[in-house]
Amino acid sequence: MPTFIDRRVDGKNKSAVNRQRFIRRFKSQLKKAVNEAMNGRSIKDMDSGEKVSIPARDISEPVFGHGPGGHREIIHPGNKEFVTGDRVPRPKGGRGAGKGGGQASNSGSGEDDFVFQLSREEFLELFFEDLELPNLVKTQLAKAQEFKAVRAGVSTAGTPPNIDIVRSMKSALARRIALAAPYNSRLREMQRELEALLEERDESDPRVVELQAEIVRLRTRINAIPFIDTFDLRYANRILQPQPTTQAVMFCLMDVSGSMDKIRKDLAKRFFTLLYLFLKRNYERIDVVFIRHHTVAKEVDEEEFFYSRETGGTVVSSALSLMRDIVRERYPVSSWNIYAAQASDGDNWHHDSPSCRDILMKHIMQAVRYFAYIEITPDRHQSLWEAYEEVRKIYPQFAMRQIDGPADIYPVFRDLFKRRTAT
Amino acid sequence: MTHRIISSSSEWTFPLLERYETEIDRIAADFGLDTYANQIEVITAEQMMDAYSSVGMPLGYKHWSYGKQFVTTEQTYKRGQMGLAYEIVINSDPCIAYLMEENTMTMQALVIAHACYGHNSFFKGNYLFRTWTSADAIIDYLLFARNYITECEERYGEETVELFLDSCHALMNYGVDRYKRPSPLSMQEERQRQEERETYLQSQVNELWRTIPSKEVLEDAQSARRFPAEPQENLLYFIEKNAPLLEPWQREIVRIVRKLAQYFYPQRQTQVMNEGWATFWHYTLLNELYDQGYVNDGFMIEFLQSHTSVIYQPSFDSPYYSGINPYALGFTMMSDIRRICEQPTDEDRYWFPDIAGSDWVKTLDFAMRNFKDESFIGQFLSPKVIRDFKLFAVLDDDINPDLEISAIHDERGYRHVRQALSDQYNLGSREPNIQVYAVDHRGDRSLTLRHTRYNRKPLTDSASEVLKHLHRLWGFTVRLEAVDENGKVTLIGECPSR
Repeated sequence: MPTFIDRRVDGKNKSAVNRQRFIRRFKSQLKKAVNEAMNGRSIKDMDSGEKVSIPARDISEPVFGHGPGGHREIIHPGNKEFVTGDRVPRPKGGRGAGKGGGQASNSGSGEDDFVFQLSREEFLELFFEDLELPNLVKTQLAKAQEFKAVRAGVSTAGTPPNIDIVRSMKSALARRIALAAPYNSRLREMQRELEALLEERDESDPRVVELQAEIVRLRTRINAIPFIDTFDLRYANRILQPQPTTQAVMFCLMDVSGSMDKIRKDLAKRFFTLLYLFLKRNYERIDVVFIRHHTVAKEVDEEEFFYSRETGGTVVSSALSLMRDIVRERYPVSSWNIYAAQASDGDNWHHDSPSCRDILMKHIMQAVRYFAYIEITPDRHQSLWEAYEEVRKIYPQFAMRQIDGPADIYPVFRDLFKRRTAT
Repeated sequence: MTHRIISSSSEWTFPLLERYETEIDRIAADFGLDTYANQIEVITAEQMMDAYSSVGMPLGYKHWSYGKQFVTTEQTYKRGQMGLAYEIVINSDPCIAYLMEENTMTMQALVIAHACYGHNSFFKGNYLFRTWTSADAIIDYLLFARNYITECEERYGEETVELFLDSCHALMNYGVDRYKRPSPLSMQEERQRQEERETYLQSQVNELWRTIPSKEVLEDAQSARRFPAEPQENLLYFIEKNAPLLEPWQREIVRIVRKLAQYFYPQRQTQVMNEGWATFWHYTLLNELYDQGYVNDGFMIEFLQSHTSVIYQPSFDSPYYSGINPYALGFTMMSDIRRICEQPTDEDRYWFPDIAGSDWVKTLDFAMRNFKDESFIGQFLSPKVIRDFKLFAVLDDDINPDLEISAIHDERGYRHVRQALSDQYNLGSREPNIQVYAVDHRGDRSLTLRHTRYNRKPLTDSASEVLKHLHRLWGFTVRLEAVDENGKVTLIGECPSR
């Protein structure tokens, strides 16, 4: 007799362990592929995983096998025009008739790349491996608290909207039963006595009258027990639990003056993307504010931020004061973790740099968790860099780096967020 | 007769599965199919992919290569490049068959007939499976293997164990005994004996590698003697017993991989027969079901549509051609044997005097029990099948600039084609013949393998990679030599290279 078993209810991820092992095993190859894959991505287009490919040669499992050459005879089906003794030129692969043993292709999966899909988590895990938000941010993070009301059983005190009706009625019922119990038992006793008496005597017997009066009295007592009492009321209890703030806003500030060409913007974009992704891993919710500036600053959407072109001079402080205003209006420090990244080619109107420093020192640095400034220029630093140097000396959460070309982005990013060993 | 029809909808349910199973079982019994008990498990497509990647083992130890397999399967399946197999069946007692929930009722019936009666009876009847595998113990053994390897991972680290398994896997095809029947597997015995084996094995190895000279006089006479006295074909066995530096747990892992290789060895030798047999029986059983009025025309049309695509054989110049389809060849040959028994022609009487006109059920049963692909083709490939497939032989010799058509489907060619096709399924000629030739046990402890070339076929480049793995297992220098037709020996690989 056969046994039928419905296995569909069992878990489906029997191979998950093996898949993890596969990923771990080829971590270095995968990491390389992941880094390459970063190039073509939009800043918010991160909710999908990534298809990565690693050379099949690296992951093949070698076995002994016959290579091409030597003497072999192979049977094929579907002969049409051949007769014994025909000679045909050896095809250069492709056509079946000349192919080597059929088993050859099974062993190594050819020279193709091995392509597969990493889930979003796996992808980012590889990408951000050994990076973390700097220590100082962590401590501040722990302090930043929000409260959330959570249920915590029932209590006997509370406000009317929180009355737990079912529980209140239950305790009222219990109380009524308990309070009525002695009366009820006496009532039953008397009724039995009265019935016994009535069989022998008539209604006018004094004992009967007495009993009847007593029964009426008891009934009144029982009815007088209140249906519900303040004593019965139960309230759903809610307590406030401290919640770490899990929302962040990221400000992207970029110089779009004439000197920022497409290549530099592209570099900036990659840096912003990295930062966005990285923050995304630490916060449930992230707002991104794009501010671009030349002589005046403007808040724009992502598309415009990266792709529209402007010309003109550069006044960096315009962007900083716009950021300050936006923070003041929309992102109160108490409930938002604020991060900022600024990208520029270092060019600024000479007299503006000191005021940038002042805005940062007076208004912005107190509010942000981290402020990263990257200067995309192969040249010497100008006045802005020097002004920022002063900020850096005072505020540890201010970081600045110079980027020469695409190759620098990842190292600089890693450098900024490198996991510091406990000191 | 219509009242007999079991179902007419394509939806399946468990009660319906059972009714189909009962009817198929009855018909199979009429044909004398002898099977293990069936255990039919319904699974989802995802679970099918899981089952795929563990090469059909219901429970395997953990290893990245299975993860790779899974990723590949998942990838091709999601892109729609590949449909999943309708079924997977495991050579165990009870015989476990997986049905996919996405299948229609017809497909489920087809799979039940194919796997639970076709493959199942083949596993039970074929001499290779009877000799080399113990269906009743395999699940236990797999469990033992998995637990043991997990334990090793905990004790010695996942990575260490993983690398070691890699090396064993590289030599898996060389971990089978071809002539000696292995002792049956059993979980309990395994556990009990595993420890004894550990200590005993180590003592043997110590003896072999003892460096303290004991009988100096005898020594000289013996030093010329080669070790091993005869070449050894089971590389993993040789390593398990003789590798000087392995820890006891490593020897046990070598043994586990070897046992699994042995378990899969018959499957690799009976592809055509096994699939042919199962296909022949699902075809025969379901047709019988139809003749007896249990299924309707719609059922049959869906079944035949699927059946014909399974046994489709593209010709050599088709873009879909990838060698001979074992289902097609196997099914055609099985059906042909039935035809030779029932309606023999003069040609059949000349070629198959002993089976022409005999009882087909008995003849087919005999063929299933006593052959493997190589001998089955050598024995039963009839001129008619050769003609139907239009088989022809192509001789590819690297000393000639052109390919030569050495035989086609004509009177002069039948024997040649049959011989060549049979050889194509001979594992002995498909896999390079590599054996342990010598160990320098008085000198540098190096191990020498010899590849005896067959038809001058060279090894692939991956041989040097395999040597690295072998070196990891052996611990000392490993050499690979090739012997050509004239007995000339050349060194073709060494690890670590000089």
